[in-house]
Amino acid sequence: MILLQVIVAGLLIGAVYALFSSGLTLVWGMMNVINFAHGEFVMLGMYVAFWGFTLAHFGVASFSAAAAMMLFMLGVLVYLALIRHVMRGPMLAQILSTFGLLLVLRYSAFWAFGANFVSLPDGILGPSLNLGGILLSAPKLVAGVVALAVTIGMHLLLTRTMLGSQILAVAEDRNAAMLMGIRPDRMQAIAWGLSGASAGIAGGLIAFVVVTFGGFGSVPGAMIAGLIIGLIESLSAFYVGPVYQDVFVYALFVLVLWVRPRGLMGKA
Amino acid sequence: MKKLFLTATVLAAFGASAAAMAASDVKIGAIWPLSGNSASAGKAAVAAMELAAQIVNEAHPELSNLPLASGTGLPRLGGAKVKLVVADHQGNPSEGQSQTLRLITQEKVVAMLGSYHSSVSLTSTAVAERYGIPFVVGDSVAANITGRGFKWTFRTTPIASDFANNYMDFLADLKKAGHPASTVAIVHENTDYGTSVAGTVQTAAKAHGIDVVADISYNANGADVSAQVLQLKQKNPDAIVFIAYTSDSILYMKTMKSLDYLPKFVIGDDSGFSDPAFISAVGNLAQGALNRSAWNIGAKDSTTWRINEMYKAKTGRDLDDTSGRDMQAAFTLMDAINRAGSTKPAAIRKALRATDLKPDQLMMGYRGVKFDKTGQNTLAATYLIQLIGDHYVAVWPDRSAQHALIYPFKGWK
Repeated sequence: MILLQVIVAGLLIGAVYALFSSGLTLVWGMMNVINFAHGEFVMLGMYVAFWGFTLAHFGVASFSAAAAMMLFMLGVLVYLALIRHVMRGPMLAQILSTFGLLLVLRYSAFWAFGANFVSLPDGILGPSLNLGGILLSAPKLVAGVVALAVTIGMHLLLTRTMLGSQILAVAEDRNAAMLMGIRPDRMQAIAWGLSGASAGIAGGLIAFVVVTFGGFGSVPGAMIAGLIIGLIESLSAFYVGPVYQDVFVYALFVLVLWVRPRGLMGKA
Repeated sequence: MKKLFLTATVLAAFGASAAAMAASDVKIGAIWPLSGNSASAGKAAVAAMELAAQIVNEAHPELSNLPLASGTGLPRLGGAKVKLVVADHQGNPSEGQSQTLRLITQEKVVAMLGSYHSSVSLTSTAVAERYGIPFVVGDSVAANITGRGFKWTFRTTPIASDFANNYMDFLADLKKAGHPASTVAIVHENTDYGTSVAGTVQTAAKAHGIDVVADISYNANGADVSAQVLQLKQKNPDAIVFIAYTSDSILYMKTMKSLDYLPKFVIGDDSGFSDPAFISAVGNLAQGALNRSAWNIGAKDSTTWRINEMYKAKTGRDLDDTSGRDMQAAFTLMDAINRAGSTKPAAIRKALRATDLKPDQLMMGYRGVKFDKTGQNTLAATYLIQLIGDHYVAVWPDRSAQHALIYPFKGWK
């Protein structure tokens, strides 16, 4: 029973990690840019949720939507104002620019919101759900389920719609896509927007689960399947000890890279 | 004759400039975490030390029992004003080292204060030791910060072993009162602070014949603590000792509630449990949590009450124990610099060694400030306090208690 409870806790936090990483991989897959500021996007999403709830008494659905919208706009803005230009520069410029963006966002947040911890009041989503002895905390359940739905939705958007095909076409071959009448700049801006939106929703959701604060620590191993990470973290923390959970996660990371250098789902 | 006149003029000029020097600001370096996970605690501490400097620099006759409060500046240095030079170490030991180096070599501070994280205090005091600059540690409690043979490190706060023994004495009293208190779990963050305090609690528990049924070490930056809480739920100890920073303490309370685990008794080792953010976020889930504190606001119009009012006017919140202990360290250092009558590090060190402050000259509930050979304050002490409503009140030892102990832990019930 306790094993089942540990597994459930791991999967729920893992679903949110998956949503984190989907936006990051979208941008990476499309233009080989690693957005180091992705974690700060998540942090801003958490603040949108926090202020949405505190000032306007938004419900869950509305603050996730608000966070998605705000962060979509921020993503597009970042692409148009920054990434579009540094893409023409050397690799180092790309890395440094998103790293610079990270610092700007983090310290602006400190400046604007202060360094105090804030958190949503406990219990706004009701009590934990008891499923035959397995306790599902309401915030984590909502966060996990919505995160999975959004991740799947994003996958469908990319693979089943015209817009998705256009985005993928630009990723495949920018020049060929241009010859087909697709505007690469617009597609890449949309990709940044989607990436920002997914980070925003993830932030909005985990604002329930964790403590919001200027500068969210790290995006834990954002590039590999979040669910597996959540599960491994939870199991290793319970059976071996929480200090060692990173050992297991990163050992898996190295193992995956060793066996499948292109990533878990990558094709040779 | 001409030569003599010249010499006299030069001497006079020197004398004048020496006087001007004496009246110029005395710079004290302060390193605290102003960004990163402990930024809120760091900012609260820095505000408290700025207030201490302000109390010394301006005339505050109403606080006359504190040394230097009634007059302006440092009288033995021609009324020189104290200036804090603050730097951010981000909770990172190597950043603490480089900031200390910068403050000493570039800002030319005459002494240092620091630094919240024990891990950072360990590395930063080593830099001050190398440069021969006195470093007064106001809040870090890891045992090995003093006792490394350092000549320039002083520490005013009580240390981990003092607290550990207090907790165990308290549990012994619980047992005497007929409550179960024979097993404990220790939950601690995995840097110097958490591991060293956990180690001393282990030792103290053994000495008191209390069984440690779980010793859980975790990373304070994690986003989920379900596994830890489930482990506690399985062992169900008579009391849990949390040695945690702010965001993790908040997470523990929320997670215990969502996983429906109400511990029998909860002891929080200051830090996270004392952060005002903890009370505002999960105070309603942590009713009856025990904590330690050497700070007590006291009766209206008392010195401590007045200090708290000034702090509240400055920051909008009550002074907490950690910031209070730092403020006491700042007062102790400024008093020593004044008694040294000089900004020479060696003179300040000598004055620090001769420090002998009595309880009524302090704002904290220590029995005094007097350093032993290792630089540790031998008269440091603490109270145990319990969260009742949205305030902590002293409940132990009995002679300082303001309220009867509430047993068991109420949490959210």
